[in-house]
Amino acid sequence: MDASNTRFAKTHEWVRVEDGVATVGISDFAVKQLTDLVYVELPAAGGEFKAGETFGVVESVKAASDLYAPVSGKVVEVNEPLADDLALLSDDAFGAGWMVKLELADAAELDALLDESAYAAHCEAEAH
Amino acid sequence: MSVPPATITADSVTRIDAVEPSVPPERTPSMRNPVATQSIFDLAVPGRRSMLFPPSDVPDSPLDELLPADQLAGSPPALPEVAEPDIVRHFVNLSTLNMSVDTHFYPLGSCTMKYNPKRHERLAKLPGLVDVHPYQTPEDSQGLLSVLYEMQEMLGEIAGLPAVSLQPAAGAQGEFTALLVAAAYFRDRGENRTKVLFPSSAHGTNPASAALAGFETVQLGASADGLVDLDELASHLDDQTAVFMITNPNTLGLFEKDVARISQLLHDVGGLVYIDGANMNAVLGITRPGDFGGDMMHYNVHKTFTGPHGGGGPGSGPIAVRDFLGDYLPGPVITRNGDTFELATPPKSVGRMRTFFGNVGILLRGYFYLRTLGPDGLKAVSENAVLNANYLRVLLNDVLPVKHGDLCMHEFVSSAAPVKKERGVTAMDVAKRLLDHGFHAPTVYFPLVVPEAMMMEPTETESKATLDAFAAAIRSILEEDPEVLHTAPHGTPVSRPDEVAAARKPSLRFCRPDR
Amino acid sequence: MTYLFTTADERREMLDTIGVESVDALFETVPAELRLDRPLDVPPALTEMELESLVTERAGRTKGVSSQTCFLGGGAYDHFVPAVVDEIAGRGEFYTAYTPYQAEASQGSLQVFFEFQSLICELTGMEVANASLYEGGTAVSEAVFLAVRATRRHGKIVLLGSVHPEYRQVVDAYAGHLETEIVTVDCPDGVADPEAVRAVVDDTTACVVVQHPNFLGCLEDVESICQIARDAGAVSIVSVDPISLGVLRRPGDYGADVVVAEGQPLGVPLQYGGPYLGLMACRTEFMRKMPGRLIGETVDREGRHCYVLNLQAREQHIRRDKATSNICTNQGLIALRATVYLTSLGPHGIREAAELCTRKAHYAADKLGAVDGLSVAYDKPFFKEFTVRSERPVGEVVAAARAAGFGIGPELAPLGGPENTFLVAVTEKRTKDEIDRLATALA
Repeated sequence: MDASNTRFAKTHEWVRVEDGVATVGISDFAVKQLTDLVYVELPAAGGEFKAGETFGVVESVKAASDLYAPVSGKVVEVNEPLADDLALLSDDAFGAGWMVKLELADAAELDALLDESAYAAHCEAEAH
Repeated sequence: MSVPPATITADSVTRIDAVEPSVPPERTPSMRNPVATQSIFDLAVPGRRSMLFPPSDVPDSPLDELLPADQLAGSPPALPEVAEPDIVRHFVNLSTLNMSVDTHFYPLGSCTMKYNPKRHERLAKLPGLVDVHPYQTPEDSQGLLSVLYEMQEMLGEIAGLPAVSLQPAAGAQGEFTALLVAAAYFRDRGENRTKVLFPSSAHGTNPASAALAGFETVQLGASADGLVDLDELASHLDDQTAVFMITNPNTLGLFEKDVARISQLLHDVGGLVYIDGANMNAVLGITRPGDFGGDMMHYNVHKTFTGPHGGGGPGSGPIAVRDFLGDYLPGPVITRNGDTFELATPPKSVGRMRTFFGNVGILLRGYFYLRTLGPDGLKAVSENAVLNANYLRVLLNDVLPVKHGDLCMHEFVSSAAPVKKERGVTAMDVAKRLLDHGFHAPTVYFPLVVPEAMMMEPTETESKATLDAFAAAIRSILEEDPEVLHTAPHGTPVSRPDEVAAARKPSLRFCRPDR
Repeated sequence: MTYLFTTADERREMLDTIGVESVDALFETVPAELRLDRPLDVPPALTEMELESLVTERAGRTKGVSSQTCFLGGGAYDHFVPAVVDEIAGRGEFYTAYTPYQAEASQGSLQVFFEFQSLICELTGMEVANASLYEGGTAVSEAVFLAVRATRRHGKIVLLGSVHPEYRQVVDAYAGHLETEIVTVDCPDGVADPEAVRAVVDDTTACVVVQHPNFLGCLEDVESICQIARDAGAVSIVSVDPISLGVLRRPGDYGADVVVAEGQPLGVPLQYGGPYLGLMACRTEFMRKMPGRLIGETVDREGRHCYVLNLQAREQHIRRDKATSNICTNQGLIALRATVYLTSLGPHGIREAAELCTRKAHYAADKLGAVDGLSVAYDKPFFKEFTVRSERPVGEVVAAARAAGFGIGPELAPLGGPENTFLVAVTEKRTKDEIDRLATALA
């Protein structure tokens, strides 16, 4: 992946902005932590979320984690095939495993997120 | 794959000749009846009947003259058609696929799997108890109401909290009810308190009940000694604090020795202390929640007072609260007027938490138990529960160490972390292999504060011989080839169900092949 | 001492192994100032013989339905319970086990609950059923919470006034602290007018709760009410009498989203109100929003078919404050009773039971309606229960019935219902002779 334009939340969501549209997913690290994903619940297109709000859930057999919107925006597209093929997420969390695309409400919110190296350090700290 | 049978070496523990732990896999399935344990739908044959009703003795009007045609079903629901012997053989055979307290040692921590006295089952079925309609008049129900009134009184005395509601259907509903009582009390005082606090070792029902009652939930960490961290607690306390929920003894089986101080801290900021009574089996007649600072508590009658557990309920979760909270209890409660017992709703009641009076059938069994034991018997229950737990802890401590505390109360939490590190054997592996030895597994992976947790609660109704045999089984398991353990159990009807597949494509009902 | 059998020698040995002097030393972490310094003030211990005579005496001072003829209703009913139900539920392997956390040691209970879920789906015509909730009133509340979660609507919860008043009180207690408004639709004619329902349901409404047959015994225009909910994007919640589904259309066939019920009629003794059985079934789209346990099929590591607790990530032991409900222990043993009961009746048995209830209730309504001073309160279709209006004070009527050995009621006014009315319920157990004698006693 091209990490240079990808930002991360401490809650392990990533966001990548192109032409005012923010693509959101969860990181490889998060997918590995959850192990054996069994279910993902994503919002319907049209839903609006503020940064930090819950927009969905991922579940493994013994855990469930809320998904927090890293930036505010309106859902313009949902990765529908993901619900039926969780391998997309485990195989390619930063690509085919994307979750929603948001119409970015406030580009300034990106500044509050971590860049790749800061996120890597954050994961390192969390793993210990 | 070939799996050696479980064996116990002669030197691993004393008195091992008293048990027969070996369960070679090839021996177990031979007496099973796989025909009878097919799905009940597969056993069905069109035209077969079990229950027959007498013919109608009233004028035989056509049904569509009595009920509107557009409300009538075309055909009855597609229930299976089976004969009574099919039913009996099916369900009796299914019952043999369970482990239970009647058949096995069942040291499931936090669940108090004690012996369920048979006399309770006979007495609870007496006419005048089992056949009482909830809307029949109190004058027709005096004998039963007198029993329930005494139950209220006894639970108040054991708690040291005099106001009691028998209404909650289970412990979790007791928690929820008490939190609503607290909310009503604060509202009545014009206080807007929004936070409920609990330690990270709390049962999941605590935060779930707090959220359901509309509170913000605040989880505290645990101190190194496994007890509530007083400094951390104090740092969260303010005029927004409503309730601190604490299990005492806690889920590590440790008595919170500073509980009086904790209570003082809460009361200083105007908050209340809730005692999760799941672990009351440790302290009956020893100390009382009301005496150590609790303002409210629930009982699990199906645990502490032998409900029984029923394969997952019914429970019964009465709550006991301080006098000043009594006016907020759900109604009805039973009041005594001379020799007459009446139903009354407290003046500022939170309302009704369920339909009708409560899980009376379970409360009755609790009553029988309390009347059988009396004050000395109750205290002896806790003494023996704590004795058994400490004895088992010591038998296992060198192989499955207990990280927290020198002594435990009625249960303890061992860790399989050292064996996992040394040999790759997990708490789950040990738990599963125990089934091969004829023992139910302890609670595993709870509480979360202990890695590879194995929470063991032997209860007072197990003998030294059983505890010795159980410890011997664990010791022998830990010496087995790890590969055998990873794939255990080997002698059970099934082994390691695929939970991931189950959750990815849930199949939650029988599907007919023709659909 | 009863249920304790460690001998003094064994205790000594155990204490030596632990390395303490006395049992008392094991309690050293309990501060002395917090100890109870006296025996508990509870009655002294009784032997089994003494207990049995005490309990028999108390039971003898209670008049259950085996010593009076029961026409009592209002959500709990005197249906016949086949002996096979008691016999199976009395198996210690079932009633002394707990929640089937260890699937390998619990296939018996797990398969029973899977079959229970399957039977409830067949009965209701719904796609998914859970493994039980506490009882009928809390089942309604849990369904309301499900609807709020599923719709994310926090404006209104609409309840018909013909829903059991105690169920409505439970909803008030459960949801009263939410910002969501609880709107009750009056039912002056014994049923709801669908137009009155339509008038209050809007795009902030999470759900519409209807009971069918309702608390007054009447059948609602339940299909229209479900349609009104659907039109507004709200969840329709229908509370049913499970026995009625032997003759009435299944909720799944008329578009219900969530079905709940008090399962007591399915082989559960009256027991003064509990333990009973909360039933809940829904359409697949609500499966993951459901409260309570769900048992699923899967295969084990050798490919053998088996059962497990499924979708546990919804539950409190994993999701804690974000769980779909706080429920943990449910009504396992009672679900077993219902499973055996429904299996024993089968499709023809439940049809016959429901037809007998219908015919006998209508005969009783004719007989009681003809008694001077009594009338059937609502001219609406009903199943096994109906409301009677009395010109005399209801207390007198109930007393007259009682004196003749009959239980009737409950009186509705104390439950918030109309003045001078009471319920009469007629199950398959009642005979023409009993109905005739009741009518005579009330004349």
